[in-house]
Amino acid sequence: MGLSPVIWQFLVKWMVSFAIIPPEASRIAPQVDALLVFMTLVSLVGLTLVGLLVTAFSILYRRDRNPVPTQIEGSTLLEATWTIIPLGLFLIMFVWGSVLYFRIYTPPPNAMNIYVVGKQWMWKAEHPGGQHEINSLHIPIDKPIQLTLISQDVFHSFSIPAFRVKREAIPGRYTTVWFEATTPGTYHLFCTQYCGTAHSAMIGDIVVQTPEDYKMWLAGSTSGVSLAQNGERLFSSLSCGACHNGQPDARGPSLANVYGSKLTLTTGSPVLVDEAYLRQAILNPSAHITQGYAPIMPTYQGQISEEGLISLVEYIKNLNSNYRVQQTLNTTELLPEQPDKGAAKGAAMQGVAKP
Amino acid sequence: MSTILNLPDQATARVPKRNYLTNENGIMSWLLTGDHKRIAILYLISITFFFFIGGALAGLIRLELLTPQSDLMASDTYNKIFTMHGVVMIFLFLVPSVPATLGNFLIPIMIGAKDLAFPKINLLSWYLYLAGGALTLGAMISGGVDTGWTFTTPMSTHFSNTNVITTGLAIFIAGFSSIFTGLNFIVTLHRMRAPGMTWFKMPLFCWAHYAASILMVLGTPVLAITIVLVALERTVGIGVFDPTKGGDPILFQHLFWFYSHPAVYIMILPGMGVISEVISTFSRKRVFGYTAVAFSSVAIAVFGFFVWAHHMFIMGVSNYAVLVFSLLTMLVAVPSAIKIFNWAFTLYKGSITFETPMLYAFGFMGLFTIGGLTGVFLGTAGTDIHLTETYFIVAHFHFVMVGGMLMAFLSGIHFWWPKLTGRMYPEKISQLAAVVTFIGFNFTFFPQFLLGMLGMPRRYAAYPQEFQVLNVFSTAGATILGVGYLLPMIYLVWSLKYGQIAGNNPWQATGLEWQIQSPPLTENFTTIPIVTQDVYDYEWLERQKEHEVTHVG
Amino acid sequence: MSDSHAVAVAEHGAHEHPAHLRHHFVSLEQQDETASFGMWLFLLTEIMFFGGLFTAYLIYRNWYYPAFVSASHTLSITLGAINTLVLITSSFTMAMGVWCAETKKQKGLIWSLIATIVLGFAFLGIKTVEYKEKFEKHHVPGSSFSIQSFVHPVAEDGKAADKALPADTAARTEVYFSLYFAMTGMHAVHMIVGIGLLLMMLVQAIRGAYSHGNIAFVENFGLYWHFVDLVWIFLFPLLYLISRH
Repeated sequence: MGLSPVIWQFLVKWMVSFAIIPPEASRIAPQVDALLVFMTLVSLVGLTLVGLLVTAFSILYRRDRNPVPTQIEGSTLLEATWTIIPLGLFLIMFVWGSVLYFRIYTPPPNAMNIYVVGKQWMWKAEHPGGQHEINSLHIPIDKPIQLTLISQDVFHSFSIPAFRVKREAIPGRYTTVWFEATTPGTYHLFCTQYCGTAHSAMIGDIVVQTPEDYKMWLAGSTSGVSLAQNGERLFSSLSCGACHNGQPDARGPSLANVYGSKLTLTTGSPVLVDEAYLRQAILNPSAHITQGYAPIMPTYQGQISEEGLISLVEYIKNLNSNYRVQQTLNTTELLPEQPDKGAAKGAAMQGVAKP
Repeated sequence: MSTILNLPDQATARVPKRNYLTNENGIMSWLLTGDHKRIAILYLISITFFFFIGGALAGLIRLELLTPQSDLMASDTYNKIFTMHGVVMIFLFLVPSVPATLGNFLIPIMIGAKDLAFPKINLLSWYLYLAGGALTLGAMISGGVDTGWTFTTPMSTHFSNTNVITTGLAIFIAGFSSIFTGLNFIVTLHRMRAPGMTWFKMPLFCWAHYAASILMVLGTPVLAITIVLVALERTVGIGVFDPTKGGDPILFQHLFWFYSHPAVYIMILPGMGVISEVISTFSRKRVFGYTAVAFSSVAIAVFGFFVWAHHMFIMGVSNYAVLVFSLLTMLVAVPSAIKIFNWAFTLYKGSITFETPMLYAFGFMGLFTIGGLTGVFLGTAGTDIHLTETYFIVAHFHFVMVGGMLMAFLSGIHFWWPKLTGRMYPEKISQLAAVVTFIGFNFTFFPQFLLGMLGMPRRYAAYPQEFQVLNVFSTAGATILGVGYLLPMIYLVWSLKYGQIAGNNPWQATGLEWQIQSPPLTENFTTIPIVTQDVYDYEWLERQKEHEVTHVG
Repeated sequence: MSDSHAVAVAEHGAHEHPAHLRHHFVSLEQQDETASFGMWLFLLTEIMFFGGLFTAYLIYRNWYYPAFVSASHTLSITLGAINTLVLITSSFTMAMGVWCAETKKQKGLIWSLIATIVLGFAFLGIKTVEYKEKFEKHHVPGSSFSIQSFVHPVAEDGKAADKALPADTAARTEVYFSLYFAMTGMHAVHMIVGIGLLLMMLVQAIRGAYSHGNIAFVENFGLYWHFVDLVWIFLFPLLYLISRH
């Protein structure tokens, strides 16, 4: 009697590809794995200890050997021991884990930002250079990448196991996560938050490339218009410039250098201008009036798609001189020559929601 | 191997003619009963029914996952099946499993009362449970529901066109069943204890149920109002959770997990109570550190209310909230560790035998330890990011719920079977079943930890090729586990007629329930006992026996 | 407590069971204590039930304060105040009813119950008038909801019109009305259940069921009625009196 060939094939395949942890393809991955290893060891020790105690007592004090039990109340010393030691170990894990958590969700200031929109059931990535991707994401190695995520409908979750990062894409608000890939290759992208019928088809590839390959990819898949350029056209087609024209007597505040600055609202509360703030200020302006201005801006709720909002936000960010410099370093140098106007106009209209 | 089993002479022994089962006859005497023991039996039958439905759905899930493609069923069907599996197993099996059956049967007897405080409400709670169950089945048959048991908004309010409202209503109703059970237990434990039965003479089973009842009474209403809001949002279109109207879907998460995290402790605490009784009885010893075990139950109940946001670490709650909730999660892990070590040390210098309930209890200790420790992986914010929403979390809560709670439930059912029915279950085959269950369980769920580490997301009808081998292991294990669950069904039913006569106290245990006849009288005690002995007082029990002997001699 | 039980056991020996002592209790005191303890616990679950709504309210009120202020101005404080008065009075008549039951005044009990029922219906009637107005003004959340009255307010009944709201702020009033209907609706459901129980009790009282000291039901219902009243005492300022200090 031999093993059935099917099972045999299976076992061979498993032995060859056996892994208990996905590849470590980001800067943070080895750090997360170190904590995982530590916790696994502690767990194994704990489990072994319980197992040993139970087994040893079961053998030593089985009825055959020890017919008469000795009644014991308990022991405060022992209780204290197994309260304090686990607590101490758990607290070590807590501190270690929290440090990692802050690292994973606090992007460095020089990170290159890519927008990701989740919808039933696909991931759309918007690169600052204007490249669009569906269910895949191309990134270079050794460069911190920040993802700004939002969902168009239900909750989704953007998970890259090889990077040990994951972030929920939530309808109505931006969330962020960052990572720095280290090894070129193709890795899984999963939607891990259950999102309906084709949840398990909402998967894709993270393609990590060397800087050279990445440049080639960028040049080859450009739509011809960067996000900021697209935003600029939306900005003018929605006549935002009528008020936000940067003149001293303008009805709206100047948007130059507004990104990253601290504003005071009419309510007196200070705010930091980030992507989420800009998005909210476009959709719900009256709750975000800068001090000294009248609440005259109309809402754009329902008039601009999430992609359009992303373009506008990116355009406003680009009005910052130093941000423009930084993004130039990141991507613009990789863009081909300026495309002709006609193509650009068509692309600009993409952002406007269809009625 | 020796045993503590002490049965009456089978040639002369009879199951007492007058007991709660034979007291009245006819179907109406069951359907209108106020007797907590009969209601417990009604519950036992109905939760077993729903366990089998949930188990069959689990079997379908495992079959589908045998291959990477979604070939057995379309992904829509798969989504409905895992949703129904979750709803049935959580709300119709795990939450009422031990409290509504063993708790209902034993709590009044353990504290020397004739019944629960509110017998009619107890019966009402069974009918509510049935109504909830029937509605769930109705929702399943008439097209199912595909939101997952977590009913995440805005999916459940705006994007799913399945039977969300019916299922929500079913959970709402079943929720009231659980509120009433909890309320009944708390009032009974406060007001119905026999003279001399002080709080610290109560068996730990009662303490565990007390803690679980607090969670039921305070947590479930929040779930109820959340369901009402979801239903209003779905039907009328109010905007409390709808981001397009200014509502916040995260608020739904907060409200939902405010119940659903404590619900985990509602499910596991009564199981811990069972384990305390079983380990004490089969090692002939007082539970080591009785007060520590009792207070750790209460501590779990209290801390359990303040950890809910650890289900939301990656959902964009503020980093500082994550710190607080991660820290509190670490704190709630400690009382569980205290319990495990106290149980282990109860064995120390005991006189241990290995009957079926004890085997299940050992299984519980091992599996619950793994389940608890992997919970710490998930409570640690940094590693939660990688592990959450993957099969790691599926494996974790199955280790706690199935490995922990179901093992405890089976342990308790075997332990008190002679009290429930007056007859013994067959020992050898049930020991085999316990071992088969343990092996099958590990085969099924351990590979899922590895799958989760590798990043396989939960709730996937189709998955990448490379995860197949571990999934095949898991499915193979599930068939073994299935056998492990079918065996007790068969031999327990068999034992109703052919089991050995158990007598009052086959295990020589100390609880008040073992000092009365099996099966008990409808009124439990002919005269209310006056409790003088300590809890788990085996010396008192020995003296009682000597006393009897001298009396007869 | 164990002492009182010991006494109870001693009494048990005397075998003087009043007719309404349930078999599983040893004494009437124990039975009554148990019932009221159960009722208090039940009210605790009710607090948690409304607690979920109050949490939602507090969060959104903080976020959308201007919208909440404007939306609350559409409510009639007069009607709200009358209703508050009606409910407080009904609490008083209910308390009278409990007192009459305790002192075995059957007539008094019957009239108190009738008064409580009438006041309960009065409350619901006024609430219906308020709801109807919301329907007419398209202030009910859902497909027919309209923000027109906030974007283009009109003066009415001699009251000056509220300041016009920008459209995006006005849209947030829907959250306010969602909560308004959820909270007052849940409260009204509790009132309806209460009136049902009151009617049942009235029939029992006329039959003389509470004339022999078995009044635990009346007492515990009293607790429930006061609780429902208390919820309204919170709802009134939270929903009607925003920004009116």
